Amino acid sequence: MHVHRFEKLWIGLSLLLIAAFIGIVLFGFTVMNLKVPGVETGETVDPATVLSEGPFAQPGVRKVSDNHYEVYMLAQQFLFRPGSTQPLTLPAETKVTFHMTSPDVMHGFEVPGSGLNATVIPGQIATFSTRFPEAKTYGIICHQYCGSAHHNMQGEIEVVPPSEFDESNLISQ
Amino acid sequence: MTFVNHYPKAARIVKANLIVAFVALSIGGFFGLIQALHRTDVFRGFVSSVGYYDVLTGHGVLLALVFTTFFITGLYQWGVTRTLEREPESSTFSWSWFVMMLVGTTMTATAILGGLVPGSGLSAAVLYTFYPPLQAHPLFYIGAALLIVGSWLAGADWFWTYRKWRADNPDARIPLQTYMVIFTWLMWYLCSLGVALEVVVLLIPWSLGIVEKIDPLLPRTLFWYFGHAVVYFWLLPAYFVWYSILPKLSGGRLFSDPLARIVFIFFLLLSTPIGYHHQYADPGISLVYKMWALIMTLVILLPSLMTAFTVISSMEHGARQRGGSGYFAWMGALPWGQPAFVGCALAGIMFAAGGFSGMINASLNIDMLVHNTAWIPGHFHLTVGTATALTFMAITYWLLPQLTGKELKFKNLALAQPYTWFIGMTLMSNALHRQGLAGVPRRVSEPQYAGIDYEVPFGTMAEMDWQVAIGGIILFVALIFFLVVVGGTFWAGSPATNVDDVIPPALSGPEHSPKILDNLKLWMGVAVALVLIAYTLPLAEMVMDGLFSPGAFPAPM
Repeated sequence: MHVHRFEKLWIGLSLLLIAAFIGIVLFGFTVMNLKVPGVETGETVDPATVLSEGPFAQPGVRKVSDNHYEVYMLAQQFLFRPGSTQPLTLPAETKVTFHMTSPDVMHGFEVPGSGLNATVIPGQIATFSTRFPEAKTYGIICHQYCGSAHHNMQGEIEVVPPSEFDESNLISQ
Repeated sequence: MTFVNHYPKAARIVKANLIVAFVALSIGGFFGLIQALHRTDVFRGFVSSVGYYDVLTGHGVLLALVFTTFFITGLYQWGVTRTLEREPESSTFSWSWFVMMLVGTTMTATAILGGLVPGSGLSAAVLYTFYPPLQAHPLFYIGAALLIVGSWLAGADWFWTYRKWRADNPDARIPLQTYMVIFTWLMWYLCSLGVALEVVVLLIPWSLGIVEKIDPLLPRTLFWYFGHAVVYFWLLPAYFVWYSILPKLSGGRLFSDPLARIVFIFFLLLSTPIGYHHQYADPGISLVYKMWALIMTLVILLPSLMTAFTVISSMEHGARQRGGSGYFAWMGALPWGQPAFVGCALAGIMFAAGGFSGMINASLNIDMLVHNTAWIPGHFHLTVGTATALTFMAITYWLLPQLTGKELKFKNLALAQPYTWFIGMTLMSNALHRQGLAGVPRRVSEPQYAGIDYEVPFGTMAEMDWQVAIGGIILFVALIFFLVVVGGTFWAGSPATNVDDVIPPALSGPEHSPKILDNLKLWMGVAVALVLIAYTLPLAEMVMDGLFSPGAFPAPM
């Protein structure tokens, strides 16, 4: 089969471009630690009982260690708990791991300006970690259509300097 | 003497399919206008911010599923009939798949539009992805299933014609257009099986109340098993036009028939096993499979980049035949005054831009910046909303005289239409992309949130909103131009004398390619194997804890 030499060159350049893209993503993933949600424990939860049993019965911030907090957050029609009725307060420059699920329909979790982005699926637990670089107030938006008041589903994260982080509101283990 | 004279039975079927496609296009396009004005808060008088989601569902279903499917079945019926030179084997069979698709569409559309009629008892504001546990009226799912099964029968009809042709021509190479039809439909059978299983096994029993709860992740995964390949189902018919007709419209011939075949093989193999790239932000899908999707998705760039090369070389060849010369000056010799050419060429340019924004979406962790933001509709309005839709509209200008025996009416309007569309889409799409970078979500009636200020990388939010609104209005005007031309030709076109319907053979024909390219069983076998590798384990894990478990309660929409 005859392939024109310009076309051979073009195909070669295309393959290089593809390799470069894959390389950039893998570099970000490994060296820059830009991860995405995946299967953390393989555990599922029962949407019918998640509000009354297990860690999501008491949503909120817990302390793992001095330099690591975790947030159990519910996304439900049409609130983030915590986050919507009062802001979720977190320390800056500290590792924070989110665990999210939903007792009703799918929701989205987007924090503009932070790169945080996850789908919240009933029955599954979305787990992802971040480190907020500075004290600042962020918005939370539900970006997965969840019903008639979807456009009203929002929340707030208040990131404070580590020294000002009040631990009295933490959920005890 | 043209298509309608040689193949009157096929011409009637093609026309019926196109008419349904254009009715869906006009309603869906009007809904698009409503959304562009509503989202940007320019005008919110058409519907409430809740009714917006009924309109959004209608826009997605009528355009992405109905307009595309009917146009494609019409276009492909034309391609198979003319290249195999046979009328359909049984008119009854052909009309039965058409009627089945039409009945399905009517049921689904009734369920959606019912949501805008208070007291109708119908509603289906579940968007075109219909993620459970959002629940639509059963009519919605039953109609969708009929549409899909009808399209399977359409394919069966063409395979029937192909087998008859093959019996008469045992050693001939498959003509290129029929080859493309066959490969598109092999891919379609493979991928639409996922959504058919989702709808028939899970959602219909659940929407009828036979089972109460549903596991949201399993149907979502089955949807995306179908949901990425479906974009190639929209795109390959545009490639069909770009490869087989556009070179001729440019004044030349296709550069390479063998490379066109290889490109279609690539799409059969790679379209389906990459659906996870729509689930990069999902829990419950392992990183191993997300990585697999990343690599496969970027590899599928290759056939599109090859297409760019072949199509542009064919156009250059055409331009030089028309007297063009120079490194770039030849472009001026292209027929920029002919609507069918202009529409296809502008659609191709927009597709290149859409391809680049798609590379961002494909890039796993970079996608987290834009996942589910306005960037995504910005992207796919370039691909399906222009590469596909504008190509379909443009090639209609060339096909209508062949199908009706009438001259195209309002030629100046037809010429203005693709340029108008291009301008409208440039405004709307660039602004949607930039809003997405700022974090503005997609699929929301009021993306303005109290207390949340988007950090806009460049430009201002108000400027982008105006570009979306004005772009939407211009696109709607272009749609009206199109409908006037098509309607005028159908009802008031004067009889055509010399219909231009000849497609010259490729510069490098099928005789220059190995016969293995035409081995349907081999390529389908490899495609199935790749799908099994990609989906067996994750689906098994989701199914093993119970088909409907962990179960969520239905949320009727």
